[in-house]
Amino acid sequence: MATTGLSTPRIQGLACPTPVTDDDRVQLGHGSGGKMSARLLRDRFLPRFGNRYLDELGDGARIPTEGAETVISTDTFVVSPLEFPGGNIGHLAVHGTVNDLAMMGAAPRFLSAGFVLEEGLPFEVLDRILDAMTACAAACGVEIVTGDTKVVERGKADGLFVNTTGVGFLEGDFRPSPRLVRPGDVVLVSGPLGRHGMAIMAAREGLAFEADVTSDTASLWPCVEELRTRVGASVRCLRDATRGGLASALNEIAGASSVGIELSGDMPVPAAVEAACEMLGLDPLYVANEGVLVAFVAADAEGPALEALRTQVVGASAVRVGRVVDDHPGMVVLRTGFGGTRVVDMLPGDQLPRIC
Amino acid sequence: MKYLSEYRDPELARRLVDRIRETATRRWTLMEVCGGQTHTIVKQGIHEVLGDAVEMIHGPGCPVCVTPLEQIDRALHLAARPDVTFTSFGDMLRVPGSDCDLLQVKARGGDVKVVYSPLDAVEMARRDPTREVVFFAVGFETTAPANAMAVWRARELGVTNFSVLVSHVTVPPAMVAILEDPDNRVRGFLAAGHVCTVMGWEEYEPLADRYEVPIVVTGFEPLDILEGIWMAVRQLEEGRHEVENQYVRSVRREGNRPAQDLVGRVFRTVDRGWRGIGTIPGSGFALREEFADFDAEKRFGLEGIRAEESPECRAGDVLKGQLKPYECPAFGGRCTPENPLGAPMVSSEGACAAYYNFGRLQSRAAGA
Repeated sequence: MATTGLSTPRIQGLACPTPVTDDDRVQLGHGSGGKMSARLLRDRFLPRFGNRYLDELGDGARIPTEGAETVISTDTFVVSPLEFPGGNIGHLAVHGTVNDLAMMGAAPRFLSAGFVLEEGLPFEVLDRILDAMTACAAACGVEIVTGDTKVVERGKADGLFVNTTGVGFLEGDFRPSPRLVRPGDVVLVSGPLGRHGMAIMAAREGLAFEADVTSDTASLWPCVEELRTRVGASVRCLRDATRGGLASALNEIAGASSVGIELSGDMPVPAAVEAACEMLGLDPLYVANEGVLVAFVAADAEGPALEALRTQVVGASAVRVGRVVDDHPGMVVLRTGFGGTRVVDMLPGDQLPRIC
Repeated sequence: MKYLSEYRDPELARRLVDRIRETATRRWTLMEVCGGQTHTIVKQGIHEVLGDAVEMIHGPGCPVCVTPLEQIDRALHLAARPDVTFTSFGDMLRVPGSDCDLLQVKARGGDVKVVYSPLDAVEMARRDPTREVVFFAVGFETTAPANAMAVWRARELGVTNFSVLVSHVTVPPAMVAILEDPDNRVRGFLAAGHVCTVMGWEEYEPLADRYEVPIVVTGFEPLDILEGIWMAVRQLEEGRHEVENQYVRSVRREGNRPAQDLVGRVFRTVDRGWRGIGTIPGSGFALREEFADFDAEKRFGLEGIRAEESPECRAGDVLKGQLKPYECPAFGGRCTPENPLGAPMVSSEGACAAYYNFGRLQSRAAGA
């Protein structure tokens, strides 16, 4: 190997030159399954993620379930740019899957992580992403127990794609589901809307706003755990309002539960997000979040549920935004401050900035 | 938010609604000209709140909606060329042409980019001289100065790989077309505040006079719209027909002279087709001869691309307020937001699309 000490004379002569393995970026060889792959794992992944399950380096991980009903969820993360105000793709990869488990009512426990690395990705970027995953996993109480890396040619991936699959455990009879949603239930939102989407857009388009907008990427499990403890079965359904924002999450549930949802005019949108949306002609109800949950809760548990959410940092500004109604099943309708109504429909695709 | 929340105060809005109701002795039919105003009206449900006092007809002022099918097809043709980077404002990307839209062309490999300013497209062309960068210059008088500036700037910088596909339209000729129609029902207008920020309101004075209609230059926030409606209703009740300015924080009678000057230097007035309405004489801008080098239609020989709009679409009648969208035989069946036949179903704030959503709400509620 070319990393032998400086005292050893380098004799190349007619021999094939040894591949250069010390570099500052990902090369195709790192996906070869050979020594470079092993080094990548040894130098960058294992020191960070290492735990008793991963360190066995098996083809998979044997994990204890302790007899609990188990939830599994998977999500793949692609974002451009990889790093943005408030986080990077590593934060999303852990929080995203942790939150999906949490929305099922499961305490997140284990993660797998599969990486597609693009040739040329600087190691310093990869390191920052892995650091973020390590820190987030520790904070969420999950362990990354198995994983995979592949390398593709330059131009075949956007720096890095990552898939995480999570395993979590249910406790008692806490099983939130769209099937449980009933007219009369209240709709709570855990925090301010639209931060992640606008942070990404600002970073992507090089837009400078008066006040910095940072991604809200965060674990929602502490909020869910608190809800489970304090109001338990009164929690009907949970959903994290990611892609497509609050509007899309609510439409999905209205459709799945065959109920109508009526929103009040006041939505928790931070001033900076509102200003950016005004400028670009976007609707904050459709802008992505990575740390906001929507909770459907029985009306008589509204107070305790809000208190439960507000014990957590991400839920500090939790509010009721609407309620479930008999009317217009499958549709979300917003009652405006002026007494009018507006259908908050699913968008056909991405939200596009308006001309006027 | 400063300068916005003041104009969205529900309490003040309710007072204005009461005032409109008190002033109106009958149900007046008004038209808001601009798509931005329609957006506010639909978003806030103002048409619903005022339904008994005022009927609002959504006017033809949505540039996304009225850009003719032919121009969309030309845009699609250009965007599909391997040597072209096609740049556009975001909401033009989903407007359907004869057989696809710009997003589909992008998915098939076309280089389509959203820009927030036409000057960004000039910069893109300057940075990469190997690409032909085309900007889709659509919109009313509001966007015309920035688009004119882009062409001006490209010439100044000697950027030769930049051109514009122009589909500019102007408001007053469209208002004349509506007013000239023998079946016209519109009794007063909310003129488009931002168009007038550029153009002023002098050109509306002869219209108010000749057709005896009140024209109120109006802003875009809920309180602007309500005050504009109230001012128009008050004129109608008092038998006046003048141009009044509600949007005083932005509009002066003479408008923005330097902007008008630039528009006049770069563009000339031409007849323009409006999607779903047809050709309106003198209702658009095209590049002046001296800027022919920047004209994408000439540069890429697009004149041959022609498109026929659906004869089934009755957008003209809808925009004139003579036909409610749901009275159109194609409405909700052969014509939906996903598969629109004409302008008002294209954009979410088009009259037909607005009714499509609202109608779904009412029919669901009735069936529940």
